Amino acid sequence: MVTMMMRSDDRSAAPAFSRWIALGRVIRRETLIGWLFVLPALTMYAVFVLLPFLLSVRYSFYRWDGIGPMTWVGLKNYRTVLEVPNLLETIYNAFRLVAYFSFIPVTLGLVVASVMYRVATGSFGAAARTVLFLPQVIPLVAAGIIWGWLLALPGLINEILRAVGLGSVTRAWLGDFDWALPSVGLIGIWVLLGFCTVLLWTGMTKLDPALYESARIDGAGWFTEFIKITVPLLRHEIGVCLTVTVTAALAAFDIVYVATAGGPGNATAVPGIQIYILAFTQQRIGLASALAVMLMVLVLVVILPIQRLSRETTL
Amino acid sequence: MRISRAELWAGRSLLFGLMAITILPFISIFMTALHPSGTVPRGFEWPDDPQWGNFVEAFKVAEMPSLLASSTFIVLAVVPIALAISTMAGFAIGHLRIPGSRSLLFLFVFGLTLPFTGIIVPLYYLERDMGIYNTRLAIVLPLIGLYMPFAVFWMRAHFVNMPAEISEAARVDGVSTWGLFWRIHLPLARAPISSLGILMSVWTWNQFLIALVLVEDPTQRTMAGALGAFQGHYATDIPLLCAGTVIIVLPTLVLFVLFQRQIIAALLQGSVKG
Repeated sequence: MVTMMMRSDDRSAAPAFSRWIALGRVIRRETLIGWLFVLPALTMYAVFVLLPFLLSVRYSFYRWDGIGPMTWVGLKNYRTVLEVPNLLETIYNAFRLVAYFSFIPVTLGLVVASVMYRVATGSFGAAARTVLFLPQVIPLVAAGIIWGWLLALPGLINEILRAVGLGSVTRAWLGDFDWALPSVGLIGIWVLLGFCTVLLWTGMTKLDPALYESARIDGAGWFTEFIKITVPLLRHEIGVCLTVTVTAALAAFDIVYVATAGGPGNATAVPGIQIYILAFTQQRIGLASALAVMLMVLVLVVILPIQRLSRETTL
Repeated sequence: MRISRAELWAGRSLLFGLMAITILPFISIFMTALHPSGTVPRGFEWPDDPQWGNFVEAFKVAEMPSLLASSTFIVLAVVPIALAISTMAGFAIGHLRIPGSRSLLFLFVFGLTLPFTGIIVPLYYLERDMGIYNTRLAIVLPLIGLYMPFAVFWMRAHFVNMPAEISEAARVDGVSTWGLFWRIHLPLARAPISSLGILMSVWTWNQFLIALVLVEDPTQRTMAGALGAFQGHYATDIPLLCAGTVIIVLPTLVLFVLFQRQIIAALLQGSVKG
């Protein structure tokens, strides 16, 4: 360290003029090398993400069957999405899914995490976290298949209902017009609750225990502690949970595709499924792209305020 | 922390209940998988005569060896390349702070909110034109691109926090930019790189949509993509479908149990930074 300091002192003794030229050359070379470092990542990103994104926008202004010539139709595809009830309903369904995928796991996750923080220490806590996290590491497709069976007529859910004397409400849950979407939502809760719980619990362990100690000295119970300390201080973690789960709901595909494929009728059709059907079974590329662009804008519009809210408080 | 007995028991019962809800679905499909193929068993019933052969049958019809090989190939192609190029980009943007870093970062962050479903349609036509449709490259190349926003953002977050003094000292000693990256900063970035590697491996293994749309042959897909095809063929044979699901999920579960601490940490950090 000492030799380095001396050398840099030597250098500062050099004539100012030539030093600036040398520095300029170093900086330009450095810039070039720096850009070479970014280039491979930028190329892959540009070709396989930015280009398809721009193409999506472009396709959305045309009528195209994927093979023949493209016909310019202006904003007609967007108007179609807003006017055809079946298409507009996919966006409505996506927002209904947010309640299940996001609202319930985050709220319940906060409660479970704070319970875990208080009563589950040591190996019991570690085991609980591992188990609750399991659904997060298996493919969503597998979750969809597993629950497709559990929610079927002879499946576990109906078995349990029959066992507790609720045999009259049993049904094929995923095939029921009223219950299909809440059932898909239930799958989302199963997948995301453990993730939210463990994430929020991690946030709690980073908080200063003294906060809780002093609250307890003041006689605060579990609920007061929860509302006054836990929730406000975990704003950042809550923001992360909301971002992940809201995106999972709005852009849902895997679970829905496997469990219901959008049915029955249009009951669980979400934008992701509809884009797939429009583009790959009905060859309506322009319409599919218009819906895709709307989905991307929608995610952006919903996520940005959440991000801003959770970041502001952490600064 | 002093906690009343009542709260302790109430809390632990709640957690036990949740653990049971998480585990029961796995037990249910495992038991269903042991029923005779082609029957429709009840949801939670141990069979009189467990058909362990169902797993062998599913292993065969799902072409597990070639599936495992395919998924492994895809992970091994995607993850190292994505790690290498995102680390370099993160280093240039976060540490070298080249002119234009802010705009570059903004450009990458923009990609964070783009759902795969939004760009899958043009990707399909693009790959047809490029002639890579229906090959493993059709999965590998877009995945590398799609991981870049997150991966670059993640690595930048590491490099931006490295003190500038480390590099200045090395510079004065005459180390080149490449040397600075390779010999000094890369060894220091081992932790974030390995977390990112775990994350991208899990994501790749579980990737469904890309595999479904861009590769027709299930044996060239990822595990999740193959599972989708398997369901398409055996949707009516519930025991066999369950056996196939168990077999396809098993490698992930085993790896998770073995590396649970690292995987949980990586997935959580991943979401916090993202």
